[in-house]
Amino acid sequence: MIVQIEVNNKIIKARKGETIMSALSSAGIMIPSICSMKDFTPTGACRMCVVEVEGRQGLVPSCSQPVSEWMNIKTHSPRVVKSRKTIVELLLSNHPDDCLYCERNGNCELQILAEELNVRERRIMGKKNKYKLDHSSPSIVRDPAKCILCGRCVRVCEEKLSVFAIDFVNRGNRTLIGTAFNKDLNFSSCINCGQCIMVCPTGALFEKDSLPEIEDALNNPEKTVIVQYAPSVGVSLAEEFGIRQGKDISGLINAALRKIGFDRIFDTAFAADIAVVEMANELLSLKGNKDRRPLISGSCPAWVKFAEQWYPDLLPAMSSCKSPQQILGAILKSRYPGVSGIDAATVYSVAVAPCTAKKFEAQREEMTKKGLSDIDAVITTRELAKLIKLYGIDMNQIEPEAADEPYGIRSSAGKLFGASGGMAEGIIRSLPYAAGAKEPSRIKYQELRGGRGRKEAEIRIGKTTYRFAVINGMSDAVNLIEEIQAGKCEYDFIEIMACAGGCVNGGGQPIGTGDNAVRTRVKALYGIDEKETIRCAHKNPEIKELYDNYLGSPMSEKCKSLLHTSYSERKVLL
Amino acid sequence: MDDQTSVILSRYPRGHRDCLIPILQDIQQEYGYLSESSVTEISRYLGLPSSKIFGLATFYNQFRFEPRGRFHIRICHGTSCHVSSASEIIKELGKKLRIAPGEISRDGMFSLELVACMGACHLAPLMQVNDNYHTKLDSGSINDIIDSYIEGED
Repeated sequence: MIVQIEVNNKIIKARKGETIMSALSSAGIMIPSICSMKDFTPTGACRMCVVEVEGRQGLVPSCSQPVSEWMNIKTHSPRVVKSRKTIVELLLSNHPDDCLYCERNGNCELQILAEELNVRERRIMGKKNKYKLDHSSPSIVRDPAKCILCGRCVRVCEEKLSVFAIDFVNRGNRTLIGTAFNKDLNFSSCINCGQCIMVCPTGALFEKDSLPEIEDALNNPEKTVIVQYAPSVGVSLAEEFGIRQGKDISGLINAALRKIGFDRIFDTAFAADIAVVEMANELLSLKGNKDRRPLISGSCPAWVKFAEQWYPDLLPAMSSCKSPQQILGAILKSRYPGVSGIDAATVYSVAVAPCTAKKFEAQREEMTKKGLSDIDAVITTRELAKLIKLYGIDMNQIEPEAADEPYGIRSSAGKLFGASGGMAEGIIRSLPYAAGAKEPSRIKYQELRGGRGRKEAEIRIGKTTYRFAVINGMSDAVNLIEEIQAGKCEYDFIEIMACAGGCVNGGGQPIGTGDNAVRTRVKALYGIDEKETIRCAHKNPEIKELYDNYLGSPMSEKCKSLLHTSYSERKVLL
Repeated sequence: MDDQTSVILSRYPRGHRDCLIPILQDIQQEYGYLSESSVTEISRYLGLPSSKIFGLATFYNQFRFEPRGRFHIRICHGTSCHVSSASEIIKELGKKLRIAPGEISRDGMFSLELVACMGACHLAPLMQVNDNYHTKLDSGSINDIIDSYIEGED
């Protein structure tokens, strides 16, 4: 039903039941807000979005108040503007004054609000926040001094990820966001996914900086610095340079990385192809083994930590196959030195990931062999943008280049790993081949694509049917795990990604670009798949070469020692 | 699990998060504070993350997260005590014991807690050490009072 409301002396139409804020936004009126988040129930806590409603004594939070017929609203009356401005002034009163040195300088919501509301002097003097920086996590740094207590991180962690690592601690002006017993983040149940960073309006949460060590390696003539970048990075980085959202700029990234001085540039999607082949064979080998059913993917390090903490009984069902990043890392320090004639000890292996949990994964003990870790440093998409800017490369002027051989060759199935459902689609394409067939029965699995929380598909090979499920985001995983534990699960393979939408929406992606950006990234990935000639992982010629001349057959002893791992229960404060 | 903790928990229905505050009160009554292990137990029993329990418990002044000392000092900072310069006394105590409210001294002898009012305003400012009350304090008397406890223990 449509109702009419009067806003700033003009009549506009609104849907009955929608909030004032949503009606105003359809009418082109922007209302500032700090605590409200799309897809979350409003809390009305920050009071930035207040408006004046005729007949109401106090100001009304527009994010939570539904419209009613002939409501008379003033959105920018002097009283409203003064109230909003005072809130910003109060938030700034105890906020550190180090904008210039802040991680989020230029991309800070508090800064923008202060600018929009024309706060140009410090009217309210407060005691500055002083807290110690929490550097304990390998992925995420917390700076409570910059926290404005909007609570978005708490809600994302709780409602989207079901992790509950942080909450409001203490009361009144001593309130802060903290973990249980105010421990450092690495003792908490944090799974390092970085979604809290994505919603933080200020510089209170950001990823651990790995750029200095990479610069050191680049400047060290004795090191061979090899870089790989994840499938979703190529379709996400464009936004950081004002190039069209969702454009695949992998060619430009190759060129930029080469100009920065990386000695070799490879594509993580190559290793995703290996992961597909390994997991397809692992799946086949398990059919009929009731104890290890379903097979659950272990490529998402945030999900792996989640399972290690809460569901150690599920770990035997977890695929032993490492994630593509770690697979390529392992190959770069074992096979690659042999073919290229460089010493494995001088290889410095960098991965660019859309994810902060990948930083955690790279430093796991299991990911080290003979004292050499598979990956030496992981940087996020955001850090890559910083690195490119640091080296003064104009992304709008350079020409695209190809990645290096041999590990720059990939199938589009590997590329699909960047989107939720992509890994399952890759495996389902290659499964018939692993079972002995020549050609895949079908290429496109529309039912595994899209934003639903759980997606399903099945494939018949001979007399057996394999059921696939894709879990899109952690909160949906919890429901499925309950089914597994109750013995009600009928799936053979389950792909689980902690972030809704998959890696394209990871915690290391550009901040503040919104849902639309994520959709264009997914579209770009599937667009690449449509145009590609090699669309199945097992058809990647370089993979064939690697198996024939080095690894042997899939799931061979060599593969198991290099590309597979195991997980065990992790004790943290739950 | 600690026997006493399980006895306390068994008095409440499993999984009922509305019982959290009474459980926390009982545990604190028993142990004098909320330890990490007891919070973990409660978390498992009620199906409530420990960060949530900690968040709630820190909202209230009544809960403490460090054990009590052999001598637990409760010092009143209510209105009457405040106007009778309780702040001075608290400062003096901090200097003497080298701990802040909510903390315990290294040797485990003294712990300090600020309370809002002990209902004896005519005797302000006052403090309670275990079951003894010390009333009409002044900052000069603190040293002797604390020393008497230290000597008493030797």
